[in-house]
Amino acid sequence: MITIENISKAFVKVKVLDQLTLELFRGQSVALIGPNGSGKTTLIKCLLGLAIPDSGIIKIDGDDVKGEWQYRSRIGYMPQIGRYPDNITVMQLLEMIKEIRKGTYDVLDEELLESFHVKSFGNKTMRTLSGGTRQKVSACLAFMFDPEILILDEPTAGLDPVSAEILKEKVKAEQRKGKLILITSHILSDLEDLSNEVAFINEGRLIFFKQVEDIKKETGSGNLSKAIARIMQEQNLITPIDNIL
Amino acid sequence: MFTPNTNSPHRIESFPALSLQGDEENITLRKTTSTRMSAKETKAGKKYLMLRLLKYVLLDILKNRMVIFYALFLFVISTGLFSISGDPTKGIASLLNVILLVTPLLSIIFATIYFYNSYEFIELLSSQPIQRKTILYSQYAGLTISLLLSLLTGLGIPLLIFAPTYESLILLLAACGLTMAFVSLALLSALLTRDKARGIGLSILLWFYFTILYDAFLLMIMFAFMDYPMETVTLVMVALNPIDLARVVVLMQLDISALMGYTGAMMQEILGKSQGVFAATFVMMLWIILPLTIAAGKFKRRDL
Repeated sequence: MITIENISKAFVKVKVLDQLTLELFRGQSVALIGPNGSGKTTLIKCLLGLAIPDSGIIKIDGDDVKGEWQYRSRIGYMPQIGRYPDNITVMQLLEMIKEIRKGTYDVLDEELLESFHVKSFGNKTMRTLSGGTRQKVSACLAFMFDPEILILDEPTAGLDPVSAEILKEKVKAEQRKGKLILITSHILSDLEDLSNEVAFINEGRLIFFKQVEDIKKETGSGNLSKAIARIMQEQNLITPIDNIL
Repeated sequence: MFTPNTNSPHRIESFPALSLQGDEENITLRKTTSTRMSAKETKAGKKYLMLRLLKYVLLDILKNRMVIFYALFLFVISTGLFSISGDPTKGIASLLNVILLVTPLLSIIFATIYFYNSYEFIELLSSQPIQRKTILYSQYAGLTISLLLSLLTGLGIPLLIFAPTYESLILLLAACGLTMAFVSLALLSALLTRDKARGIGLSILLWFYFTILYDAFLLMIMFAFMDYPMETVTLVMVALNPIDLARVVVLMQLDISALMGYTGAMMQEILGKSQGVFAATFVMMLWIILPLTIAAGKFKRRDL
């Protein structure tokens, strides 16, 4: 469904993505992991057209996304740090995005609005919201238009345990519907429940793309965190381990 | 439209082989629906999208007190100048100097600061199914419409009360043209640099250049080549500065060009007539469109 071919991206002189190639299919739930600064967020931004790659092609269902914009109606995106206009209230924001996406969606999925009790803080302006509450709003926006592709960048960071659990259940439900889900997180135990595949990237390159089950089998440990730690040690990527565990 | 066949009997789990199959089915399905939709979308959807966005940008800007202060300031200045001078033509002439100074400065700085401050909004919109071009143009339209509203109330109403003449209309149009051109330049300078302080600095520098430096150069050149016929050169140089262009066009309507010697007489000949106003309008349009087009090109390639 998403084909990424030899994507490279450098900011000024720092190479963030280096000839990265990755293919993702409908129904997969992929955990994108790697140390800090390995290019995860940049890769996601390239997928959304927020950052423009220096070279390489990104295709969705065979169509090059370069310079395109309509494909974004098929993606729900939850950013790592949701940044919103200060003076707009939560409800106004939701209404605005609905109005902008009018005609590009079939059903409105407002399940998360209910479970996060968004209406209780609907009249607050975005400026006054705490980090976790903003995350809830980001999550609502990502799931609201029932998109085929969900891209979640650190979805549970900043959420309280109850909300994190609600979000995880929602992700699982969407996964059962056969959507393509791409998640980054540093909390590997979260990813273990949510994903079936792991794409490990480091220094802008794809190190491996494997099924979670295969990783566990190969390393002989029943736990994804330990398995990944072992792989990183084998690959001499020891330094960033502290960040991951 | 864009929903996967989620209700298919074999739910696609994580088996690559199966999901590949499902993918191929879907591609053919999607191809037909998406082409049908995109034709409809691009025609009607894009236009309304721009308007929908514009609504939110305008609501946001009009909440800003700066726009109201600007209108009040213009209103006080223009009524004041007309009451002092008594003669409407004199009033227009002195008002012209204030307008040429204030309108470009306020437009360029307000627009630059607003653009940097709405970075979050722009970032949010860019992850939605909207063209980058549409985002930038809606920002431009929102800024110019709100500034033009201030201009029409703050300057237009006093002009209508004290001097409802053709000259006043030209003055008002010149002020509108300058506003549009300097908002356009503001977006360009905001997109030339990522840093807010530098962007605002660049905007002030641009204003300073067009208001003061350019005229100094113009005078130096005229002085150095005073023995040669300079009419065409002067005319071209005037066109290369939107503020000078506005100044000359308004002055030519005021019948005081006799004070400006041979060059003045020649400009009166060219710019004083209605064709001259059309030509000036055309050049002003270039000052509006060119920076905005370059800014749109920059914005399209911008990493957010």
